[in-house]
Amino acid sequence: MNKIIKYVILDILRNRIVLAYTVFLLAISLSVFNLEDTAGKGMLSLLNIVLIVLPLVSIIFSTIYVYNSTEFIELLLSQPLQRKRLVLSIFIGLTVSLLLAFLVGAGLPILFYSGSQAGLVLMATGMGLTIIFVALALLGSMITRDKAKGIGLAILLWFYFSLIYDGIVLFILFQFSDYPLEKISIVLGSLNPIDLGRIVVLLKMDISAMMGYTGAVFREFFGGTGGSLYACLIMLMWIFVPLWLAVRKFNRKDW
Amino acid sequence: MERIIQIAALLILPLLSAARTWYVGPGEPCASIRQAVGRAAPGDTVLVRKGIYLEKGLVIDRRLCLKGIGQPILDGEKKYEIISIKADGVTVEGFLLQHSGVSDWNDIAGVRIYGAKHVIIRNNVLDDTFFGIYSQHADSCIIAGNTLRSRAGVEVQSGNGIHCWKCDGMQIVDNVISHHRDGIYFEFVTNSLIRGNQSMDNIRYGLHFMFSHHDIYKGNLFRHNEAGVSVMFSHGVSMLDNTFSENGGGGWYGILMKEITDSRVDHNVFNHNTSGIYMEGTTRVVVTGNAFTGNGWALKIQASCADNTITRNNFRGNTFDVATNGTLVLNNFDNNYWDKYEGYDLNRDGIGDVPYHPVSMYAMIAEKNPAVMMLFHSFMVSLMDRTEKVIPSITPATLKDDKPSMKPLRL
Repeated sequence: MNKIIKYVILDILRNRIVLAYTVFLLAISLSVFNLEDTAGKGMLSLLNIVLIVLPLVSIIFSTIYVYNSTEFIELLLSQPLQRKRLVLSIFIGLTVSLLLAFLVGAGLPILFYSGSQAGLVLMATGMGLTIIFVALALLGSMITRDKAKGIGLAILLWFYFSLIYDGIVLFILFQFSDYPLEKISIVLGSLNPIDLGRIVVLLKMDISAMMGYTGAVFREFFGGTGGSLYACLIMLMWIFVPLWLAVRKFNRKDW
Repeated sequence: MERIIQIAALLILPLLSAARTWYVGPGEPCASIRQAVGRAAPGDTVLVRKGIYLEKGLVIDRRLCLKGIGQPILDGEKKYEIISIKADGVTVEGFLLQHSGVSDWNDIAGVRIYGAKHVIIRNNVLDDTFFGIYSQHADSCIIAGNTLRSRAGVEVQSGNGIHCWKCDGMQIVDNVISHHRDGIYFEFVTNSLIRGNQSMDNIRYGLHFMFSHHDIYKGNLFRHNEAGVSVMFSHGVSMLDNTFSENGGGGWYGILMKEITDSRVDHNVFNHNTSGIYMEGTTRVVVTGNAFTGNGWALKIQASCADNTITRNNFRGNTFDVATNGTLVLNNFDNNYWDKYEGYDLNRDGIGDVPYHPVSMYAMIAEKNPAVMMLFHSFMVSLMDRTEKVIPSITPATLKDDKPSMKPLRL
């Protein structure tokens, strides 16, 4: 298994896309921190990038990578290997290389310019989102054999999580604005890892922004240790459920 | 001979009229303050030596100067009002008053002034009192340099720090008030000055102010009160050089202004409040020279406000600069500095060439439906805000700063 992981990581690093991604993140992070007058504002801009770019790159890159290595996978499947190990190796290889890119590209500037608690939470969120979207990509690419369809599905998933879902939430909040929605909005926030990550980081960072009534409810819920644990747990669920489904699909797939 | 008598009389006269000094304490002629007050004539001084005195409700009914040496302790045993002042010209200075009674139907205080004039309450410490210093129908009194701290935990069981009701010409200066219900409470108090006080960690308002006209509050610090400061139904109020910071609990205002007319808000600092200023039904209020930094909403101005002028303020690092609840705007917002301003200045006169619209669409939406704050800073919301900036549809188009300053103003 280690051998396959090593091979996948080397393969990814060799094709330079991840390298370009790292340089891109690094450039953006540095310019954001240097352009904004306060580290807080820089963090806010970086948060937007983490929430939009990171999932997009993770899901598209992983999907394309899986489709491109179909032949490699088929070759390995002819060997006496457990299918589960194979798919997990690909997952881990993708995750490690993308995490590496994120940590070098955005993590180091965050630690350097704003090594506060909010910075650490932002890093944790970025890492979580990377892993989640790799898992989602893996699941997506197991669903269909057609590469174009697969990439379309990936884009659609990204679109859903970063835009459509928020639209639906906004719609729900307005349709039911006569009812108390605070508890519901916590649930709605947990159903989308991007929203959850954003809320957790904002609570650590831009406190007065969230301090309206809803903000107070969120802070009460997510502010303590219990809330952090809950957020971690939800993030882990978002990693493991798609991954488990992907592994199941992979096991049953007829190559 | 007659002349000698005259001279002798003149010499004796001051002795006759001279105020006496009464000492109270262990080993002195008077063991209790009550005894000394009973014996003293108007104009006398009562000096109290160090010790603990259980006076069971001390009433001062004549013009006396009551002074503690080395901060003697007056204990109300959690039953009594510690000092009741019922005469003009009384001075109470240098005591530690502790454990007043607590009552559901009666406002028991550490010191209470009943309809007296020219009373001075100075440099006392009040610890664990229900109401701190309570004045009713008082006139021209000075309350200065006191430290007040309540130990009540919940709103219904706590009293106000400095409470004035139907007073005139009061001076509340340099007091430190904490953990009361309202730090300073004014109702029907006119022509008064509140200066240099610190009101912190109170359960409700740092300052609560109603039907109190022509008052000045200057150089006070209101910090970390559950609901900030509330000023209502008054005219001619001047608020100068105060600091409102970290007022972010459930009620959430630096200052809440309701039905205020012809007033000034000058050179105050609003730091990290949920809302810096909340205005409702205010008329002809001038807000100028203030610094709004790091607030959730710097200014919430309801559509019921008219003829207010918001000018020459600095808005920096606020989540929302201005929020309102309607499209009707009868106020002037010119010449402020907004850190979110993205315009340009071609003729380099320091004034931006395009107007700034301080109300973002999301602020309007959040005003109507607070639950949408959960989507704050999301991609979609930024998109919506951008679109709205280009083509305003729900934000009031007339709420704008026509002459935004390019650089922060010197305040």
